[in-house]
Amino acid sequence: MADLTTNFLGISSPNPYWLASAPPTDKEYNVRRAFEAGWGGVVWKTLGSEGPPVVNVNGPRYGAIYGADRRLLGLNNIELITDRPLEVNLEEMARVKADYPDRALIASIMVPCEEEAWKAILPRVEETGADGIELNFGCPHGMSERGMGAAVGQVPEYIEMVTRWCKKYYDRPVIVKLTPNITDVRKPAEAAKNGGADAVSLINTINSITSVDLDTFSPEPSIDGKGSHGGYCGPAVKPIALSMVSEIARAEATHGLPISGIGGVTTWRDAAEFISLGCGNVQVCTAAMTYGFKIIDELTAGLSKWMDEKGYTNVSEIVGRAVPNVTDWQYLNLNYVAKAKIDQDECIKCGRCYAACEDTSHQAISMSDDRVFEVMDDECVACNLCVDVCPVDGCISMVPMTAGEVDPRTGLEVQRDYANWTTHPNNPMAKAAE
Amino acid sequence: MAQGQIAPGIVSGRLSSDELTSNFTDLHPPLAPHEAAVAADRCYFCYDAPCVTACPTDIDIPLFMRQIQAGQPEAAGETILAQNILGGMCARVCPTETLCEEVCVRETAEGSPVEIGRLQRYATDSVMVGGSHPFQRAAPTGKTVAVIGAGPAGLACAHRLAMFGHDVVIHESRPKPGGLNEYGIAAYKSTNDFAQAEVDWLLKIGGISIETGSVLGEGVSLKGLAENYDAVFLSIGLAGVNALRADGVEKDGVRFAVDFISDVRQASDLVDLPVGRNVVVIGGGMTAVDAAVKSKLLGAEHVTIAYRRGRDAMGASRYEQDLAASHGVKIMTNVQPVAIHGNGAAVEIELEYTASHDGQLTGTGEMIRLPADQVLKAIGQKLDGAPEGLELDGNKIAVNGAGRTSMAGVWAGGDCAAGGEDLTVTAVAEGRDAAMDIHATLVS
Repeated sequence: MADLTTNFLGISSPNPYWLASAPPTDKEYNVRRAFEAGWGGVVWKTLGSEGPPVVNVNGPRYGAIYGADRRLLGLNNIELITDRPLEVNLEEMARVKADYPDRALIASIMVPCEEEAWKAILPRVEETGADGIELNFGCPHGMSERGMGAAVGQVPEYIEMVTRWCKKYYDRPVIVKLTPNITDVRKPAEAAKNGGADAVSLINTINSITSVDLDTFSPEPSIDGKGSHGGYCGPAVKPIALSMVSEIARAEATHGLPISGIGGVTTWRDAAEFISLGCGNVQVCTAAMTYGFKIIDELTAGLSKWMDEKGYTNVSEIVGRAVPNVTDWQYLNLNYVAKAKIDQDECIKCGRCYAACEDTSHQAISMSDDRVFEVMDDECVACNLCVDVCPVDGCISMVPMTAGEVDPRTGLEVQRDYANWTTHPNNPMAKAAE
Repeated sequence: MAQGQIAPGIVSGRLSSDELTSNFTDLHPPLAPHEAAVAADRCYFCYDAPCVTACPTDIDIPLFMRQIQAGQPEAAGETILAQNILGGMCARVCPTETLCEEVCVRETAEGSPVEIGRLQRYATDSVMVGGSHPFQRAAPTGKTVAVIGAGPAGLACAHRLAMFGHDVVIHESRPKPGGLNEYGIAAYKSTNDFAQAEVDWLLKIGGISIETGSVLGEGVSLKGLAENYDAVFLSIGLAGVNALRADGVEKDGVRFAVDFISDVRQASDLVDLPVGRNVVVIGGGMTAVDAAVKSKLLGAEHVTIAYRRGRDAMGASRYEQDLAASHGVKIMTNVQPVAIHGNGAAVEIELEYTASHDGQLTGTGEMIRLPADQVLKAIGQKLDGAPEGLELDGNKIAVNGAGRTSMAGVWAGGDCAAGGEDLTVTAVAEGRDAAMDIHATLVS
């Protein structure tokens, strides 16, 4: 059995799955249930400053996007940080940590962008015995309008400044949670690193309106006929999160900065993908909110099984394995030539590949009177759309041509050598191959 | 107190009223909205979809599936009804397992097609429940067309003609319109008097009047109609039934399955409907299965379908055969009736085993006797009372592709016309297409 024990920033947890700072981690009751279920750690729902807590709306806080059979693909929320008194949260955190010393317990914090505010709260958090803190610079709604959350996360200078304060007044690991609602995620990550952050976590939720009620013309979720953009999460955001994680993992300025991956982790496979792109662990929220804490059984068993099959004995062996394979478009091998191949035994003759190719791509699939669909190699550019729309897994595949074969589309021989856009003759900026 | 299954002879009230009600409810209950959404989502929206090709009325099935997926079942219903005005009944009675669903790529992939029939019902029901009629009549043309027979072909033809602004008079020999939708067809496929509700809904187009009790050859003649109307459409069905050649067919308890089915459909209370203890149905088509299953549902103890050829040659699809089997009907193949024994009333049927050599069926000489107090003959219907002067093609009225008969101004469609399977959906297609040709002729 592969060892799922994870050491992230010196914080040990029995597996790499932490529950993200969100409703599932809002109070002792839930967190105890999560730990009993087997979660490796939790990031406690974001704490605010001492004083009257924030208030939430008293109507719907969530909106959803569904796939077939109401399978939840995307969730959006307009909930704020914890609406319970700071003292209550701190007392509960201390009790839980004492009872579960082997689990990671991280305090998420969001207080005003003033040094005094951070100086005031950090020692109190430290007293709870929490293993570290996560700075919520990502929350896109409600708090950002008060100069917190994403309002900080969108200004790298603020990130660096606040991170520095935290490192000054707090001795344990500081994780900076990043918002995706920016142009280039590498900038805030770099700012966090410059401020002394031990790690970044991403992505926080994405600005979103899930739908519009076409009777009332109110955005959803609707509060008395009005809606406000919320934060989008769940399986739908995973590709965005993977890309942002990879950018930070491979950028020169942030390469090696520990990352806690967040964004649509639903199965063990998602987790393995995040980890391979450089994450030391992952945080989960929507999957737990959709299915309950019991999903941890599949998450851990699945990852362990896959690691056994691949011969990995520790999660750390997977971290960053895919990072060297993430590159810029201009470095992709333009001498790589593939062709779509349809397995006629697998084909169920729905014709979706034909419609997609004929209507929207390269007119490279033929259709006979008796519904046999075949790829015309002299037209196929290997765009992969037919593979993507085919309902049968494995029916259509992309088969690379071997060097020396002639590509019937171009009439050119497939070259063995790697060559990319930077040296391509069509590129006016091309550098001569050396 | 119910008589029970083992009461001898042909008696009514074998089962209690509650049991009968339960037995004759919908074979397939309607889909709930979420079930429909999930079922419709399985459609792959195939290119040039095989299901459409397989549908005699060319319903754009992928489109209506997508409309259900997109939350507009009424729009889906309109898509269906625009091609097949009796799409509601067809959703219930079409042998989808040999038409659209047989060729569904999901059937190819998983052995489980998209439930096109049930989804069609969901869509058409959502139109009819609302009570609205989505089609409008064009401005009156002043032309009048006579339709003979208010079955599926006649109704489809009449509706399409009415849409074009023509006036239509339907002459129907029976007391109620609907044809086999009303008098044939398994009761468990068309519950709650759906056939009449569908006719009422169809007539909302306006411009159609129905004269019931109007029998061709008795008061109305084709010649007279042709003179008085701008066009005539014959959809008189197959009023005759093939005779069974066996000794003792005149005995009490021996009757035509279509009459038995009609009695079931028209019964005001099924408790009053008599059925045998030991029922033997002769034949291998859908009528045989319908009659057999109905007998079982009414409380017959033993019901046997006796068919002279092998299973593969049966007119009833494998699905229908399984349906019969699941209701406890025994299917005997390669047996033909030789004699019905009994003193006045049938008591036993004597069957001879058969063998087929080069397509020729011969008796093997081996006999078997089954108890049979009721024998239902379901060996096919035939054209009866076709007006003189029309060319026939085999035993049916000869027509060209658009339903034109050999007589100018006279079209024909449905079971009475040559070509096509004898299915409700085929009749609808023929009625509709003849209407298009009639319209083109009238306005040219």
